[in-house]
Amino acid sequence: MTAAEIVFVLLGVVALAAAVLVVTTRQLVRAALYLVLSFGAIAACFLVLTAELVAWVQVLIYVGAVVVLLLFGIMLTRAPIGPTSDLDSRNRPAAIVVAVATAGVLVTVLVRGFGDAYVDLGEPSTGSASGIGANIFRYWVLPFEILSVLLLAALVGAIVLSRTDIGPPKDGDG
Amino acid sequence: MHVLYPAVLSALLFSIGIYGVLARRNAILVLMSVELMLNAVNLNLVAFDVWLADRLGSGQILTLFVIVIAAAEVGIGLAIVLQVFRNRATISVDSLTELAETAETDSAGDRR
Repeated sequence: MTAAEIVFVLLGVVALAAAVLVVTTRQLVRAALYLVLSFGAIAACFLVLTAELVAWVQVLIYVGAVVVLLLFGIMLTRAPIGPTSDLDSRNRPAAIVVAVATAGVLVTVLVRGFGDAYVDLGEPSTGSASGIGANIFRYWVLPFEILSVLLLAALVGAIVLSRTDIGPPKDGDG
Repeated sequence: MHVLYPAVLSALLFSIGIYGVLARRNAILVLMSVELMLNAVNLNLVAFDVWLADRLGSGQILTLFVIVIAAAEVGIGLAIVLQVFRNRATISVDSLTELAETAETDSAGDRR
């Protein structure tokens, strides 16, 4: 095992353990905080894989924005702060079966398909901010612009959904 | 580095996310599990992008796009969840069975 592999495995163990805690903990707020830990470990995995810009965007958007939004949601739905007993639904055994089956199938396919594939982390990568930026604005401009329109639509949609003083027209039959 | 390490890690993260989506009752926890699944996909994209040494950086740029779409998705999702909470005073996905197809015999016992 190389040093990068050892670091990656350690980070992966942290990410997996935090993810398991997210889906099993009985306290809502702690689930969000374990999610921060998992996302942070995955961002470090990106760094090990030489994808610098993706790692920092992951930290900024996931840890900075998405988790804060989720915490807002937890607070606004008046979730209890202490442990809650009924966070798991009745189909938990079926969920365990499906998850284990998915993991088995995926890991089997990956091991059989990519058993002898090696990543060369030594060569200069395109993961730096300058490389990604040049690629986005040279080859991926159209998807980038479409995404900005999508973000605007999501913004408008969220505002329309969460405001109470605007709604469907009252005089119509809808 | 062997490409199996990131690939297997992302497969396991994805199945943990599937478990969370199926087993959790709180809608916000379901959203968190969806985020875990999206992150697993991101890890896969980055790993295979680095493995293939793509000159256009398709995998990493697609990862950035997925992150942006995930942010939009969580914003809309939370707005919907808040609206459901405002109307029903609950966000338990098990009790929101208005659109469920239930047989007449067990419909009373199925609702909680």
